[in-house]
Amino acid sequence: MVELKPGAVTVGGVTLDNHLLLAAGVLGTTGASLSRMLARGAGGVVTKSIGPQPKDGHAGPCVAVLGEGILNAMGLPNPSHEFTGEISALGNKPVIVSIYGGNPAEFAEVARWFKGMTAGFELNLSCPHAEGYGAAIGIDPDLVEKCTREVRALGIPTWVKLTPNVTDITAIGKAAERGGATAIVAINTVKAMRISTEFRRPVLGNRYGGLSGNPIFSIAVRCVYELYEACTIPIIGCGGISTADNVIEMMMAGACAVEIGSAVQQDIGIFETIKNDLYAKKGILPEEIIGCAHE
Amino acid sequence: MNDQLPVKVSLTEIQKETPSVKTFYFDQEFTFEPGQFVMVWVPGVDEIPMALSSANSITVQKAGDATGAMFDLSAGAVLGIRGPLGKGFTRGEKMLAIAGGVGASPLLPLARSDCVMTMLLGARTEKELLFVDQLDESTDVMIATDDGSLGQRGFVTDLIRDISLAAYDRIAVCGPEPMMRAVLAMIDGLGFASRTEFSLHRYMKCGIGICGSCCIDPDGLRVCRDGPVFSGELLKKSEFGHYTRGASGTKKNI
Repeated sequence: MVELKPGAVTVGGVTLDNHLLLAAGVLGTTGASLSRMLARGAGGVVTKSIGPQPKDGHAGPCVAVLGEGILNAMGLPNPSHEFTGEISALGNKPVIVSIYGGNPAEFAEVARWFKGMTAGFELNLSCPHAEGYGAAIGIDPDLVEKCTREVRALGIPTWVKLTPNVTDITAIGKAAERGGATAIVAINTVKAMRISTEFRRPVLGNRYGGLSGNPIFSIAVRCVYELYEACTIPIIGCGGISTADNVIEMMMAGACAVEIGSAVQQDIGIFETIKNDLYAKKGILPEEIIGCAHE
Repeated sequence: MNDQLPVKVSLTEIQKETPSVKTFYFDQEFTFEPGQFVMVWVPGVDEIPMALSSANSITVQKAGDATGAMFDLSAGAVLGIRGPLGKGFTRGEKMLAIAGGVGASPLLPLARSDCVMTMLLGARTEKELLFVDQLDESTDVMIATDDGSLGQRGFVTDLIRDISLAAYDRIAVCGPEPMMRAVLAMIDGLGFASRTEFSLHRYMKCGIGICGSCCIDPDGLRVCRDGPVFSGELLKKSEFGHYTRGASGTKKNI
């Protein structure tokens, strides 16, 4: 397997301790849990998505473990403005605040709360199961461009997380690029559903949810590959990554860094595990493999 | 790997334990360690974490939407069960168990496994004491009620003064958080905090250690996966007894 030279990396205007970020929505509700993941090897962390008002999220069940996949519909639970208190103690650590809103103005409002407290923003334009938010906006290139532009105007690095639940993800990626995004994150969960045959009803309280984990890795690789051909800004690969080889594959598809979420369920030390396999002093520079599968 | 969809169970019996607590028995047994919990799905309402009070029962205090809906159920109704989840109590050979109110629920199976020498059981009043008879069969029970209607008048902490903690190798505690915090402070003052374990209750969404809704300060440990049972030493410098977070993640003082 390819091994990489260790060291800090700058992606989309944010300097990370390594190429592996904690994905939004996973262990990102409190400052303490984000700190724990940084201490346990994450090169950067993305917070739970924060919105204009506090939200309790959907009624349960909110999650179903499906083999190596996870189906979830949390419903964007978040403490809104109060979250500033959670991350204020994290100082200059590589913390990216994930934000959502129902329109460009709401995105900008939430982003302003975190000015001076965050290394960058990740715009959640991709949650597949929150009415009026996330993918409800993220499937519309014009809205994606406007939301991105509003937040980017604050002068803080702005990543845009894309939904795979569209016919052409490159159209959305290009819209983010036009809006001034400093990087694209691909992908959010794949809209999905399971029905309990015993109960004769959907297993999630919200009926629909998003699938993550190993089963969506091939979809994520395909999306990153397509975006690399269509866009010029950096891409952060996300979706089903659980091994160092998965990281390398994402990079070969065109990703400069990756986000890891569901794999935490099997192993809270997943970042240390992958780092040990991925990095070696005599390793090669990532530039040698990023996008190499396109040649 | 298999899909871990909720297991459908039918209620075989519903036992009223106290004015605010019922035990729901189901038609399937689960292999578990005392202190472990399950996610209980009340179809059409919500899913909530609940400690197992035996291999085929949960003992529930009416508190919110899901527990309220459960209190309206009759035998034959169905629930979905995910689990058992989390880490239970560390077993000793000569244990002390301390319970307040519905906190006796996860401690009953511990007492029934013949490792609890003494049980301190507290509640506001006699009617609210949980599992007095069942615990009596398995261990030596000492009782305190706030109003003195049964046992010693006062709190379980008052009972601690009457026993010698050195006689016990492990101390398992479950109850309302202010009571548990008082127990920890008192036992710590006597120098035995390292023998204690406390079962925490926090709002949970996933129950499998990914969503982060139940993480506690300052270490970010997950109550659903790293707990719900934690050592007293670890909890001394934590949010335990001070505050908790609600469904949205906003803090609430205890």
